[in-house]
Amino acid sequence: MKARFAHVLAALSLAAAATGVAAQTVKVGVVLPYSGVGAEFGQQVDRGMQTYLKLNPNAFGPYKVELIKRDSKSPSGADAKTAVQELITQEKVDILAGFVYSPDAIASAPLVTEAKKPMVVMNAGTAWITNLSPMISRVSFSMWHSGYAMGEAAVKSLKAKTAVIGYTDFPPGKDSLQAFKLAFEKAGGKVIDEIPMGGPGQVPDFTPFFQRAKDKKPDVFYVFVPSGDHAVAVMKTYAALGMRQAGIKLIGPGDLTPDYKLQGMGDDAVGLITIHHYNADLDNPLNKRFVAAWKKEYGADSSPDFMGVQGYDGMAAIAHIVVTQKGKIDADGAMASLKGWKFNSPQGPIMIDPNTRDIVMNEYLSELVKSGGRLVQKNIGTINAVKDMCKELKEGKCK
Amino acid sequence: MKAAHEFARRHRLQWWEALPWLAGIAVFFVFPNYLAFSTQVVVTILFALSLDLVLGYAGIVTLGHAAFFGAGAYTVGILAQQFNWNEPLSGLAAAALVAGAIGLASGFVLLRTHGLTLLMLTLCTMALLEQAANMGAAWTGGFDGMPGLSFQKILGLFSFDVLYFRSQYLYSLALLLLAFALVRTLVYSSFGQSLTGIRENVRRMHAVGAPVRARLIVVYTVSAALAGLAGGLFAQTTGYVNLAVLGLERAAGVLIILILGGYGRLYGAIIGAIAYMVLEHLLAKAYPTTWQLGIGVTLVAVALYVPNGILGLAEHFWRKRSGKRPA
Amino acid sequence: MDFLSIVLGGCAAGMVLFIVSVGLSVTMGLMGFINLAHGGFAMLGGYVIVLAMKHWGLGFVAALALAFVAVAALSVVLERLLYARLYRAAELTQVLFTIGLAFVMTAAVTLVVGPETQVVPLPAWLRGQTDLGFLQYRTYSLVLIVVGVVLVIGLWLGFERTRFGARIRAAVDNRRMVSSLGVDVNRLFTVTFAVGSGLAALGGGLGAEILGLDPNYPLRYLVYFLIVVAVGGLGRVTGVFVAALLIGTLDFVLKIYFPKGGTIFIYALTLALLLWRPQGLFGRRGP
Repeated sequence: MKARFAHVLAALSLAAAATGVAAQTVKVGVVLPYSGVGAEFGQQVDRGMQTYLKLNPNAFGPYKVELIKRDSKSPSGADAKTAVQELITQEKVDILAGFVYSPDAIASAPLVTEAKKPMVVMNAGTAWITNLSPMISRVSFSMWHSGYAMGEAAVKSLKAKTAVIGYTDFPPGKDSLQAFKLAFEKAGGKVIDEIPMGGPGQVPDFTPFFQRAKDKKPDVFYVFVPSGDHAVAVMKTYAALGMRQAGIKLIGPGDLTPDYKLQGMGDDAVGLITIHHYNADLDNPLNKRFVAAWKKEYGADSSPDFMGVQGYDGMAAIAHIVVTQKGKIDADGAMASLKGWKFNSPQGPIMIDPNTRDIVMNEYLSELVKSGGRLVQKNIGTINAVKDMCKELKEGKCK
Repeated sequence: MKAAHEFARRHRLQWWEALPWLAGIAVFFVFPNYLAFSTQVVVTILFALSLDLVLGYAGIVTLGHAAFFGAGAYTVGILAQQFNWNEPLSGLAAAALVAGAIGLASGFVLLRTHGLTLLMLTLCTMALLEQAANMGAAWTGGFDGMPGLSFQKILGLFSFDVLYFRSQYLYSLALLLLAFALVRTLVYSSFGQSLTGIRENVRRMHAVGAPVRARLIVVYTVSAALAGLAGGLFAQTTGYVNLAVLGLERAAGVLIILILGGYGRLYGAIIGAIAYMVLEHLLAKAYPTTWQLGIGVTLVAVALYVPNGILGLAEHFWRKRSGKRPA
Repeated sequence: MDFLSIVLGGCAAGMVLFIVSVGLSVTMGLMGFINLAHGGFAMLGGYVIVLAMKHWGLGFVAALALAFVAVAALSVVLERLLYARLYRAAELTQVLFTIGLAFVMTAAVTLVVGPETQVVPLPAWLRGQTDLGFLQYRTYSLVLIVVGVVLVIGLWLGFERTRFGARIRAAVDNRRMVSSLGVDVNRLFTVTFAVGSGLAALGGGLGAEILGLDPNYPLRYLVYFLIVVAVGGLGRVTGVFVAALLIGTLDFVLKIYFPKGGTIFIYALTLALLLWRPQGLFGRRGP
């Protein structure tokens, strides 16, 4: 009896395996800036995706996944659009993923709507991107996640009454400014100056802007600049002008403290307070495993960053789609499966909001301290399940 | 038949001049999945053609031609988004007009200078426009640009094909043909000949009493209008405009394309655009992180060994083969 | 912010521009060669410094010296092998060549080091602020100003008071005449090109603190270098110095009072200046 049962079971599983093998390979088109000004970001996201695949080899069940990578080149949107068009028509991909720059995601939206292909955004931060198409979901963030949360935290945790805001003059900067200001003033604080600090292309000399902020003597100086070159220059200028000694706290979203550049910032950065959904020092077992795997593959000096974990989470979302859709991707079914999807990421618990298809995640308030000769992000507060407040409050273009 | 012969003779049409257009139509059938890319190539050819007018024929070296391209693109975009004026052909006319006007104004002021000074001035003009577009973000969308531009049917018959770009491609090809015919006629006219004279020997032209500056301004304006047309076409076929249309990357890119193909020869624009963009496309597919190396090496090699561009090389071989003296 | 701080800040910003651009001005004026890859030499200098300090433990000053020598040497090789073949070529061919070279430099750096932006680890004595008695100011900015002044004086002396400098000045004005006087113009070119590129390397390393350092550096900042060269007048060291200071200071000041203006002021100013004096502030009026 048992033997016959075992035989039947074996036959059934063989059949199941055979069906699995016969299912087609799921093709994912990955559009990232592999060259040009965004190359370091593209590299982070790509590595995050690879690390997920390495740590979770069975995440896709019996189904095979093929990643087809295309360079989105400069943040003009046009190259991304051409790449997406060809991925859909020529390569016949099932899912689109990636998109570091907002213009790239924005330009591609009409294509994925027309072709009905799920698009997983892994970085582009303009709040209303998810409103552009029912096919778009986002696992990364909008500027409002960190900006709004920091506005509240600045008043409640840091006891600040006045703030000066410095921001790079382009939509993510303006978004961040708006988000922070709304929350800060709602909580009772007052923004006494808003300083646009050049564009995202070239790094300006921040000295004149920071000097102007210093002269206003606020409690906190909230700064948003693109991660990378800008962030480093901000740290250096803050230290060079002696603003901390003057009693002005520098705060901002985690874009200011890219983990893979942290050690190079030196002692100048100690005392910086940031808020973000991820930093490499987060103390949970999944993150420790993530960081260890990363360093093993890419070098002890390297480090994952918020973009790396977004690549990781994005891959997990894709795996979820593939498994629930059993290897044959139906666009509406895929989007339905993402709504309300929960996942334990190295950054903590995340969820895709069923109404907006945007991410809901924790925001961690951290202070940069020196520990054991290294710069470390020390957690001083956690805000759970933060939504994108722009769409929640229907501000501006987020209606 | 006789009339056709007369026509061809009067315009000095050669048989091989039909080839690019036949090839263009062939692409529609042979590469049906690559029409988005192909449309971009056609738009760039049009842009390069406009640059050839000033660079190849009038000898004006400019790094700021994207100013006119961008002006055209934003005109179409703003008309469509802010004023709900999205009829394609009239939008293009508006784009050409606005760009031409800017060309006239800037040409009037800038064409007193030449060489490095003129180069820098054209660059600064373009950069100023880019900054203005950024500051006017309420109208232009700034860095994020104007997404989701949609347009009415072309001639009331052909709607814009969102995914396969079929109608966009043929629309662009038709416009390129018209523009090319215009430029070719201009270049072979006496006006065009005087431009060549100005390019070759300015002093002599002055001595002969030719209105040098006036001619330069005219050709600059026409070129600007054409560039604006290309920009407007870009906005319509891509459905998206942002600051990159006014950027140095686009201006430098079209300059490289023209030099690569061979300037001052009209067809250099076509060959250069196709060669460069196809090469870049293939390299970027194969080597997403390091394709710039391949492009860079190609440009260096061409500069060292093929100084007259691809067309120059082709002419060289043609002459060698037929033993003809240079034209 | 008081007047002196503003002036100092602008001067520091201008100094970086000066150090990088002076080589470009001289080579363009002297050789009539449009070298759009000049920013690439600056970038390479910056990378040499970062790598030398991180991997070989060199001090900042030693790394600067190494960068100068290494990049100058590289430029000699490139000049003899490649640039020299295009001296008689059309301007646009030179443009094509140098842009291609800039692409190659960008890609090479990405391949060897990676796409991330690099941070120059400044030694402790260059960080923070310095107390000047009447004013506390950013130490690094003060150092930049001192270096720039020393450099311009040194270059000026070199140009005005040495025979070599005289030859260069003469060749800038009239190459053929100088050559017919028996001067080896090719050697003059090579040496000048090497020094100019070495200076660019210094500028790239010194300026990394302010302008940043990543593989896209060459073409991103090219516009500023060209502006400084055009406004200063080709081949004029004092011209480049004044232009760099002028543009750096005005940009700095205007950013404090009109931050929303962005970089509009630099372009508007350049436009106005070049329309008023097309040959640059110190250039010679050509034929």
